[in-house]
Amino acid sequence: MPMFPVAVSDSLCPAPIPPARRRTEALAALKDSASVGLGLLPLGLALGVVITHAGLPRWCAPLFAAVVYAGSFEFLLVGLTVAAAPLATIALTGFMVNARHVFYALSFPLHRVRGRFGKAYSTFALTDEAYAMTTGGQARSWSGARILSLQAILQVYWVGGATVGALLGSLIPDRVTGLDFAMTALFAVLALDAVAERRGDLPTPVLALLSALAARAVLPGQLLPVAFALFTAALLVRHLATRKRPSHD
Amino acid sequence: MTDTRYLLLAAAVSAAVNWTLRAAPFTVLASLRAGKTLQYLSTTMPSGIMVILLVYCLRDLPLPQAHAFAPLAALAVTVGLHLWRRNALLSIIGGTTVHVALASTVFAS
Repeated sequence: MPMFPVAVSDSLCPAPIPPARRRTEALAALKDSASVGLGLLPLGLALGVVITHAGLPRWCAPLFAAVVYAGSFEFLLVGLTVAAAPLATIALTGFMVNARHVFYALSFPLHRVRGRFGKAYSTFALTDEAYAMTTGGQARSWSGARILSLQAILQVYWVGGATVGALLGSLIPDRVTGLDFAMTALFAVLALDAVAERRGDLPTPVLALLSALAARAVLPGQLLPVAFALFTAALLVRHLATRKRPSHD
Repeated sequence: MTDTRYLLLAAAVSAAVNWTLRAAPFTVLASLRAGKTLQYLSTTMPSGIMVILLVYCLRDLPLPQAHAFAPLAALAVTVGLHLWRRNALLSIIGGTTVHVALASTVFAS
């Protein structure tokens, strides 16, 4: 069926994806999200429960999950807001905890996502999970539509989990704890997958582990930014050392 | 109960900081991406970053105490399940279930 009439006047969009194709991409993204992505459900559930147990209004769960959308920081935000921390403190904490995202721009395939709105949402929803799933080997052929759909689905899991958690929170007794381990389990799985994928490149995870342990020992309060800086520096040194002696200037 | 206006502002400030950190680097990096060094970083970083995030999650592990047993056992279950079945959802739910069970009963603080 000739579905591409010549009267495509919207020249702003260089390669419009036909609706049918867009649907298959969304379906593919739904399948992609089924494993790691679904791990966000228990984690969102935990966030919702933590929010109600902390005494914050229930609507904070969908609000934080939808608007802030930064997993580990949202758990911290609960404590900060309960303690009525100044907004400047919240901003600074958010900056320190999420500074790691600066590094994600190095590998996230934003260039495949089309359109101004698409790129804006894609950067907004660039969580650790979205980063991990879209930088893996199997994602190399994914289109922008598939990446964008995956990100939207991941956020639906997260917001849905948090909302249900907030609604059920009062039913769950305070002594049931430990749901937040879902985040640790999620990163354990993501780390195993990422390391398995780069079989033969053992130095990278080892350097990362050493960077994290060094940061934990030296500046435990700023583990993430320090560890990322050390890890980046170590990779750069390794890159320069293994490269053949550069001949230019 | 915490003030509604304050909660809304807190969410807005957090969202602004977060989105800026995620979006701004792209404007700087767009021109540098072609560089060999950045290409090297972009391929090697993902696996290391996940390892660092895992260590971050375990940073408060009270190692010499019995309390550390629950997260360590749950981590072992997560890793074991994942190496065995390679099913992320199964590994996450299995590990979390073990942790909730242990932390809420035997190792309740």
